[in-house]
Amino acid sequence: MTTLTEQPEKGFRLSQLIYDTRYRSLTIQVVATILLVSIIYWLIANTIANLAALGKEFDFGFLSSRAGYDINQTLIEYDNSMSHGRAALVGIANTLLVAFLGCIMATIIGVIVGVLRLSKNWVVARLMAVYVEGFRNVPLLLWIILIFALMTESTPQPRDFREGGSASMILWDSVAITNRGIFVPSPVFHSGATLFGIITLLGIVAAYVYRKKSLQKQLLTGEPPVSLWIVMVSLVAGLAAVFVLQGFLLPGEQSFNPAITLNSPELGGFNFTGGLQLRNSLIALWFALSLYTGAFIAEIVRAGILSVSKGQTEAAFALGLRPNRTMNLVILPQALRVIIPPLISQFLNLTKNSSLAIAVGYMDVRATLGGITINQTGRELEGMLLLGSFYLLISLLISSGMNFYNNSVKLKER
Amino acid sequence: MKKTVLLGALTVAGLAATAASAATLDDVRARGKLNCGVSTGLPGFSNPDANGNWQGFDVDFCRALAGAVFGDGSAVEFVPLTTQTRFTALSSGEIDVLARNTTWTYSRDTDLKLDFIGVNYYDGQGFMVPKSLGVSSAKDLDGATVCIQTGTTTELNLADFFRANNISYEPVPIETNAEAQQQYLAGACDVYTTDASGLAATRATFEAPADHVLLPEIISKEPLGPAVRHGDNEWADIARWTLNALISAEELGVTSANVAELAAAPTTNPEVNRLLGTEGELGAMMGLDAKWAVNAIAAGGNYGEIFERNIGENTPIGLARGLNAQWTEGGLIYSAPVR
Ligand SMILES: N[C@@H](CCC(=O)N[C@@H](CS)C(=O)NCC(=O)O)C(=O)O
Repeated sequence: MTTLTEQPEKGFRLSQLIYDTRYRSLTIQVVATILLVSIIYWLIANTIANLAALGKEFDFGFLSSRAGYDINQTLIEYDNSMSHGRAALVGIANTLLVAFLGCIMATIIGVIVGVLRLSKNWVVARLMAVYVEGFRNVPLLLWIILIFALMTESTPQPRDFREGGSASMILWDSVAITNRGIFVPSPVFHSGATLFGIITLLGIVAAYVYRKKSLQKQLLTGEPPVSLWIVMVSLVAGLAAVFVLQGFLLPGEQSFNPAITLNSPELGGFNFTGGLQLRNSLIALWFALSLYTGAFIAEIVRAGILSVSKGQTEAAFALGLRPNRTMNLVILPQALRVIIPPLISQFLNLTKNSSLAIAVGYMDVRATLGGITINQTGRELEGMLLLGSFYLLISLLISSGMNFYNNSVKLKER
Repeated sequence: MKKTVLLGALTVAGLAATAASAATLDDVRARGKLNCGVSTGLPGFSNPDANGNWQGFDVDFCRALAGAVFGDGSAVEFVPLTTQTRFTALSSGEIDVLARNTTWTYSRDTDLKLDFIGVNYYDGQGFMVPKSLGVSSAKDLDGATVCIQTGTTTELNLADFFRANNISYEPVPIETNAEAQQQYLAGACDVYTTDASGLAATRATFEAPADHVLLPEIISKEPLGPAVRHGDNEWADIARWTLNALISAEELGVTSANVAELAAAPTTNPEVNRLLGTEGELGAMMGLDAKWAVNAIAAGGNYGEIFERNIGENTPIGLARGLNAQWTEGGLIYSAPVR
């Protein structure tokens, strides 16, 4: 018996690495890896060599040395005798504050404008289009500076508030709008404040549970639930009653001693003192970031709504749902699935864009760690690496948080 | 095995690349012009004029250095830098010399690895306030809002001063002098603080300079001088002796007007002859032409001429020589002997 086909040779030839599809992809991967590793190695070696030539070494010790500079807006305790690391944390807190405020306001603006741009009212729809195109197509830095300039140039100086000056406080002398910021009353907590806080929390939980129960009941019995308005109004009224009652019970000089009082700003010396100062730099940055990102979000929302087929609306109307219930119960839940993923990247953009803060003197992490600290200590590489890792970390956190939310609203396939 | 060879080769290449950049003079010559870091605009010190030509006290130092190296004071490229970007620009090699009213301090010299080649202006930090504020001393500034440029020595002095006097302030951090001026005039801050020379220069550009006063306190020492990268001693020597040559020239009465004549033939003064290269081989010791100092002086005059033309008493900035007079006139400006 003879074999018809000859067994192929077992040996391995080098050319197989390229011509044999079994090995080719492996070869390509190995070569690519070697190339990548050597490029990275070269970059690192070059950096180390250059640093050595300058006589600098790679060292994060500067973070624990004395910062020596002052920061105007400090959410955590800080003074100039604390370390550069602490100053970086103050900057991080400031970045997070403006990013947080910005994301909230941008979302609100975006949703409202996105919905209104689809309005049947021609004027409203056009106005929204002008806003969206105006903000989307002009660089953010210009908006930040423009808003800041408007706020500093068009508002009075604190000294104009002096006796006989041209400016005066508004809202029963409790709020002062100046070219350095808006001064508002700040709460002062007295002995009963903790108790009141606990009661408030309990009240909110109770209201939430009550409303939830009544919604469940609706599913079972069809009985209409208590309206959200009634729940909210009774919550507020109840808390106000507790607040007043507590004020009369608490010991103190007067008969009425509320647990929380307000500290209004007052003009003293050069500036207003007391109260809370919302600096122009914060407001300008916050508004500019929100308006700019809000324009993008509006387009995302509009696209999301348009992605839900018209038949859904018509079906809902046919069932007798009113337009706003149609929006809330039928359209938005479906639109959200389209909206959330691009919304995540808008939040990331907003957070990263907040690093333009120094243009208006807002002391974010780019201005403290990435600006003054680097400049005073000469640790550019270390500082920039830290700064980069911070933004990376915060972006990853935001996107994982939003992905978590996305998973909870996305279409669940059974 | 092969990989290590490859990586080894790459390391060597990396090192070779850095070794080459150590000889700044060769780089500058190969490029054909000097890269000089200046401010983004401070009248009198470094500021582009209406035609976009840079003018000023620091600018003229760069012109003199270019004169010494190339024999042509116009072979300079000016790189405007903010207070925050200046040191990185120097250490990364983007500029060859930094002449940007920069204070010589211990940590900048040692830790940031700059080499200051001398002092061209002895200064100190002052405060400017609107006259209408009625403030007469910096100690009365409790609670004031202060405009301050970030990344400066003045920012640190300010913190120290208020701390030492146990008074508070609200800093408004600002990136450039132009912004500071705008914020200050808009009343977004009560006070502007920086080097006293910078305050005088800034005030000179105001519409109503007389409405603003400089407070009497000078709260720090700010010796301002040009700086080069640490590690290239030959280049540092060239920069240092260019500054010394300008100072010596004033002391010896060599000016832009008479330098050509004095350099044509040896004079009776051996000091002048050595400086102007009609005697000895001083230029060659630095790898420069024998006429290096002649060219430096011809570029914009001696130290005194540069001072008077840019910031002196007959300019709008109107600074008196004061500490910056020659040592023979009771000032601190003093050159080591050129010999
Ligand atoms: N001498 C100080 C301060 C230097 C400084 O901030 N100078 C200001 C004003 S005197 C300046 O050059 N501004 C011009 C600009 O902003 O580019 C230092 O070296 O840190």
